[in-house]
Parts: sequence; structure tokens; C-alpha cells
Amino acid sequence: MSTATPAGRVLDFRLGPWTSFFVRRTGRLLVSLAALVTAAFAMIHFVPGDPVRGALGLNATPEAVAARKEQLGLDDSLISQYKHFVSGLFHGDLGESITARVPVSRMIGDRLPATLEIAIYAFLLVMLVAIPLGMAMAVWTRNGRRRRGELAFASSTGAIVAIPEFLLAVGLASVFGVSLGWFPVALREGPDSYVLPVLALAITPIAALSRIVRVEALRVFETDYMRTARAKRLPGRLVYLRHALPNLLTSSLTLGGLLLSGLLAGTVLIENVFAWPGLGMTIVQAILQKDYPLVQGIVLVYGAAALTINFVVDLAVAAADPQSTIRGS
Amino acid sequence: MSNAPRLRLALRTPLGITAAVASTIIFLTAIFGPMLLGDTADRIDTDAIGQHSGTEHLFGTDALGRDIAARVVVATRLTLELTLFATLIAVVGGLVLGVLPAVLGRRAGRLITATVNLLVAFPGLLFVLFLAVIFGVGTFSAAFAIGLGAAPSTARLVQNLTASIAGTDYVAAARILGVGRFRIIVRHILPNIAEPVALFVSTTAAGILVAFSGLSFLGLGVQPPDYDWGRLLNEQLDRVMVDPMSAVGPGSAIVLTGITFGLIGEVVAKANAGRTAPQAEVTPEATSAAPAEKTASGLLNIDHLQVRFAGHTAVHDVCLTVDEGEAVGIVGESGSGKSLTALAAAGLVPHPGRVSARSLRFGDRDLNKQAPKGTSMAMVFQDPMASLNPALTVGRQLAEVAEVHHNAGRAAALTRAVSRLGAVGIINPELRVRKRPHEFSGGMRQRVMIAMGLMGEPRLIIADEPTTALDVTVQAQVLALLRDVRTESGAALLLISHDIAVVSQVCDRVVVMYAGRIVEELPVGDLADGVAHPYSAALIGAVPSMTTDRDTPLATIPGRPPQPGEEIVGCPFAPRCARATDRCRTEEPVLEQIRPGRRVACWDPITTATHELEEAR
Repeated sequence: MSTATPAGRVLDFRLGPWTSFFVRRTGRLLVSLAALVTAAFAMIHFVPGDPVRGALGLNATPEAVAARKEQLGLDDSLISQYKHFVSGLFHGDLGESITARVPVSRMIGDRLPATLEIAIYAFLLVMLVAIPLGMAMAVWTRNGRRRRGELAFASSTGAIVAIPEFLLAVGLASVFGVSLGWFPVALREGPDSYVLPVLALAITPIAALSRIVRVEALRVFETDYMRTARAKRLPGRLVYLRHALPNLLTSSLTLGGLLLSGLLAGTVLIENVFAWPGLGMTIVQAILQKDYPLVQGIVLVYGAAALTINFVVDLAVAAADPQSTIRGS
Repeated sequence: MSNAPRLRLALRTPLGITAAVASTIIFLTAIFGPMLLGDTADRIDTDAIGQHSGTEHLFGTDALGRDIAARVVVATRLTLELTLFATLIAVVGGLVLGVLPAVLGRRAGRLITATVNLLVAFPGLLFVLFLAVIFGVGTFSAAFAIGLGAAPSTARLVQNLTASIAGTDYVAAARILGVGRFRIIVRHILPNIAEPVALFVSTTAAGILVAFSGLSFLGLGVQPPDYDWGRLLNEQLDRVMVDPMSAVGPGSAIVLTGITFGLIGEVVAKANAGRTAPQAEVTPEATSAAPAEKTASGLLNIDHLQVRFAGHTAVHDVCLTVDEGEAVGIVGESGSGKSLTALAAAGLVPHPGRVSARSLRFGDRDLNKQAPKGTSMAMVFQDPMASLNPALTVGRQLAEVAEVHHNAGRAAALTRAVSRLGAVGIINPELRVRKRPHEFSGGMRQRVMIAMGLMGEPRLIIADEPTTALDVTVQAQVLALLRDVRTESGAALLLISHDIAVVSQVCDRVVVMYAGRIVEELPVGDLADGVAHPYSAALIGAVPSMTTDRDTPLATIPGRPPQPGEEIVGCPFAPRCARATDRCRTEEPVLEQIRPGRRVACWDPITTATHELEEAR
């Protein structure tokens, strides 16, 4: 997009396409982060009514509310509050939770690992299952073979995609947790307790991604370079793994990145089903309790994580396919 | 076709009927459910608290003894209202954000586009939670939040569509005529993006339904005493573990309604496309090839080759022999079956083509049963960019041939790759092996393809239009290279080209193909004496030379070749042939030897006498 602008061309000329691409993407990341910080700051001021009064309850004395406001610095001018907020961020200070009365940063520090763990495990599971599955289905149903297998795959994955994640989570919990009693259905205690939340997070993206990988793979199989690979009489293993797979990875990575930031959002629902002590459960409680500094902090973490993932995926895709990505964007 | 009949047509498909029936049921439930079951759903029955599912209560009862099945039915209305309300907000917000860049000036437009891009980058649910905080927890603020949350992606779509339409000629024309921006949007842009947006909206509605249910499920959406399906799930969460049936009601309501929205989208899409998906044509099984009668002597023996695609025969009884070390050229227009003949010899005919032949032999292998051995057959294709794998270095693509077929180690294979690249005239091959195909020029890529064929010891090189995609000067270099390679390796060459001049430069023998048949075969040396088939003569006549009189228009062949699937009676060239007789139009000529090394399929071949006669004129 920006290559088309004069500035982009000048950058390309001075730094070479790779560095220029990197500089532009970093710039976009920083601008987005700044927008995120501003939005998080503004959030508290958009909240209808008095956030402190709301948090402390109607029975709090006017003195208590005033003292709390002063403590939170809500009486200062907007600009000085913003400065304070931003400088606090740089020192890792996200304010104090109104209800728990502990620093927001410490609460996030306690809860973040639980969320990250299930998100990362689920992401790995998705990539490890969806790409081979989609590839295998493509090889299996190539050239219009096994139409029934194709139909079965398309309809079963289609059905899974149509089920909302939280329903899937409830279903998994009741079948494997309650009826069969194989895995615990709540809390984060021991390796067993990870199984159901990670599965619940991963199943929908696996179905979605494997469908896409299959279609992409079938497209790749039709290309001239695959014909060249066959003309070289390479064994099927090499034809598919060496010649088709790398060309699939670009599009799969792009989608994988979207899925990963989607997984982050999914944790909010999944954690609430499995009483998983992560950020997702905390943010819902914080919203219900009107603990705005805590909400603000978690929104910042989730938002920054999503932006960083997009940034990393952009770079990874560019590294995998420098020609089309850098020139095309 | 206008929209209404198309939609009616789409509704008549099984998919359309399902969508229509399901959406009717949902809407009737939404309208009449609360009237009929409203009281039952709200009746608190302290004797029936937390009952399991059974005959009395299909999905059991909740903590206040209310019938869950009735509550699911009653909740249809609120759920649907909220979904549609949020969808409306998403569409209006998306349209405004999407069209504004086209209305506002360049700077403001870019700001909006950038904002939309930023918002799209965030996971939807997080944006919704953020908005839910700002609006406060409650039913309508949740609807607002979800609607606004879906607005950026709608806006992105509208922006893309608007940009593509704003670039069309008719909008440019309207602008030149002085039509105002607002008018352009209302008159030209909005009507043209309506259909894709409508399609997008139905899928968005399904997403919004799920998102809303999720929010209510978290307790951040619909607040009691109201309830939608998500809220019902939320209330049942503690009991779900004990009695899964209590979640089945609201859960399946969400899933089925979501699927119905999706179906509506598909029906709209099908109506847009104006036709149902094409039915896959059933390919008739090719007749089993009779065993080869004679043992042929050449390197490549093709006997009565047929290549069929659904419904038509693309290659028709082609018999062709290539001897060891010989260079044979196949010439013909596109669609003459020349490339397919070559691909069939290599076993690379694309799906759904079916190959059959009385005999298909390469060396001592029966290609009907086995693929050609390892590296004995090398291929060079038309488009070298598309034929090289963009993701792998050139060195890798060459080296793997030696690794797979000659059990060479990585290093040895790469050394050979470097030497082969050097042999085809690539400068600095030891550096170039590490580059990917896009870092090579077109001619260099074709050299790489040839080098790839030389990684083994090819006995036959099949080059399918190897110079067509290249510049004229590069063409000559690549042809010269092919000639050199052949002299050095002693391999035979099967060169496919539409250009008879190219073939006559490199080959010993020319095969002319038309409409999937060989119409003439002759030694290159005989070309000068004149060809026998009128089509070959026309092909030669169409090649301009230095002595061509520039005042006369370029010679072309009148008419067009038969289309795939067209029924051919008599000689396929007859409709375009000036010499055609009644016999040509009714009876198909057979390929017959007229002199040693010369075959022609024509009832009235041009003889040397005719040529002399014409020259004398």
C-alpha cells in the first residue's frame, strides 16, 4: 500500500526494499500502539457517570469518593492525566485496581501466564494439526478423487465452524469432563486441566484453517512448478512436502496470525467456561465490578498482544515470500 | 437476467428450499412464540426447581422451576431483534465509514481508511468488550457495542468495493460531466455495491448472533429479567455439567439460527452468480488399449494416442515416433493438441484428461504401465517463471534431481547443479544457485529449466513452446542452446511450437498437427520443396520473411479451428481450405505415406507439380 506513495518509494530507494518494509511496518505498529494507549486512557473518561462512585458503590461517603479521586489523580487536567498515564506505562505502572486495591500490573502479571499458556498451546495445536490435515485431505481428494471423502470433510468442518466456541467448550466439558470424567472441567491444576480449555480453543480454528489449507493446496497442485516437480519424477513425498508445502505456508501463516489473535479473544469466553484463572476471566469480572483501571490494563495487554502478533506475522510472511509481499504491499 | 427470477431460481434448489423453510420457522417462532408460551416461560414453579430433562419438561427446568424449552422459544424474539438491530448498526456504520473516504477530501479520507484498518486489526470481541465498558453493561448498549464492533470489517469491504467502482470508466465519465460527489455515490456507487454487501450482511448477521450470545453468556449482554439464548446458557452453566440437556436447547437454537443466516447468504450468493454450480461432467472411461502389435524401433513410440477431456477428444489417434538423437518438431495452432501429445508422452496430462494409446513406449518402458525412468526424459515448459518453484532456490531445485535419482549427497548434487548452470551459460553459477527464480530474467530462467533437464542423462528432451514467453533476441539464444545441448548430450528432442520457423531451425523432422490430428509429417529439408497439406502450406505462408512484399497484407488463415467438443465430419480443415471438395467435407482423410519419411492426411495433397505451377505464375 505505502510503496505506492512517494514517501514509500523514497524509502525503498534509500534503504532497499527489506529495510524499508521493516521501517514502515514498525512505524505502523508504533502508531497503532499509540492509538491503543490513547483509547485505553480515553475509555475511563467516556464511562457514563462517575467511575469512582460507580466502583465504590452508592453508600460510599462523599469524602471517601473525593479521597479516592485524588488518589487516582482524576481531578487533574486531562493533559496532565494523560502525561501521567503514559509515563506510568513506561514504568510498568498501570494504576491500582479499585476493588482489589493492588497494582493492576501485579494482577496482570499473575493472570497473564495462564492465558498465554492456553493460547500458545492451542495455537501450536492448530498449526500442527490443521496444516497436515488440510494437506492430507488435498492429496487424498486431488483431481476429483474420493468425492465422498471430500464431502464428509467439508460438511464436518463446516458444522464445527458453525458452532460457537463457548458452546463447544460447554459440550466438551459435559462430555469429557462430566459424563466420561476423563479431564477436570475447572481451574488450572496439573497438566490434565489444560486439555479441555486448549481443545475448546483449538477445534474451531483447526476446522477453519484445514479447510483453507486444503483449498490452497489444491490450487498449488495445479501450478506449473508442481508439473515440473512431477516431470522430474520426484517421489510423492518430496513433491508435496518440498514443492507444495512452502508455497502453502505463506497464506497459512497469514491466516494463522489472524487465528492467533482470534485465539486471544477466544480465551475470554473459554476461561469463563472452565473457570480458568487468566486475563479473560479477570476482565469479565472487572467489567461487571466496574473496576475500570483493571479493565484498562487488560485491554491494553490484549490489544498490544494482537498488534504485536499482526506485526510478527507480517514480517514472517515477508520472510517466507519476500517477492510478493514486499513488492505488493 | 434481472435479480428477482434469479432469486426465485436459487430458491428452488434444495439449499434454497432449506433456507426458506428454516428462516420462515425462525421468524414465525419469533412472532408467535412469546404470545403462545410467554406465560409458561415465566411461570415460577417451586415444586419443579432444577428438574432434569424429561417428558414433562423437554430440556428440564431452571433454578426457579421455569420450563427451559418454553424459555428458548420465547427468547427467539429478543435474540432475533437484538441480532437484527446490531446488524443494522454494523451496516449503517460500515456504509458511512466505507463511503466517507470517497466523499471527503483525500486527507480526511485517508485518516478514516487508516482508522478502519487499525480497528480491523483488533480481534472483534476485544473491541466489543471495550465498547461495552464505555456504554455500560446492558442490553441495548451491548447491541450497540456489537454492531459498532462489526462496522469496521463492513467498512473495509465497502471501501474496497467503492474504490473499485470509483475507478470504473462510467464513474470517471460522470465526474467529467460534473456530477457531484454525493450524487455519484447515490446514483452510481451504492446500487453497484448493494449485492455483495447484502451477501456480506447475511454472514455478518450469523457472526453477530454468535457474538451476542457470547456476550450474554459472559453476563455482559442481556440483563435479567430479560433473556436471550446466550443468557439462558449463562443461567444454566452451573447445571450443564450435571444435565447437559439443559444446554442443548439454547445451544442448538444458536447454532441452527446461525447456520440459517449462513444459508441465506449462500442463496443470495448463488442468485448473484446467476447460476448454480456447474455439474461435474462424467468422463467416459477410455477404451482399453489393444496390445501393441509391432515392436517399434524408435526411442519414443506413440501409437494411436488419444487424450480426452469431458465430452471431447483433444488428441485424436496420433502416431508418432522419435528416434534416438533425432529432433522432431510439432507445429500447430493453439488447441491443436500438440502440447497434450507431448504431455501425454511424459505422463503429465492434467486432470481430468484421460490418456489412452495402443502403445506408448519410451526406450524399453511401456508408458501405459510405468513412468519414464528417472532422468531419461527432460521437460522444458513454456513459462519458465511459473514452471520454477518460487519458494525454493534454483540450486535446490536442480540438486534434488541428482539426490533423488543418482543418490548423490547434498554437496555433490549442488556441485553438479553449479556445473550444469555453467554449461547452459549462466554467469557466476556458484552464486546464482543460491537465488530464487524471481531473481532471474526470463531467458535465464529458461536456461535454468534446461540445466535442470541436464542434471541427469536425458535421452529425450521435450520442450513445450520453450521460446514463446521470451523476447525475440532471447528466443534465438535459447534455441541455440537447445541445439548445442542436443549435439553434446546426443539426446533426442521433441520441440513443440506454433512457429514453423523455430522448428525448421532446430529440427530434423516436422510434424504438423491440426484439431488433435497429425495432418502432415516431413523432413525439414523437404520444407523448401513445398509441403503437401494445404494447412501446412497456409502455416508457412503466414510466416513473414525478409523478402515478403510489405505492400501486401500479412497472410492469414481464414476461418477458425474447430472448437473443443465441436463435431467434425470429414476433414477438420475442410471449412478453411480453398481446395476442399465434397469428399473432404464428408470423409475424413487418413494419414498415409506418400514418400519414404513423408506422410500426409489429405484427399487432394499439393504436389510438386502444383508448386511449380504456382511459382511459374
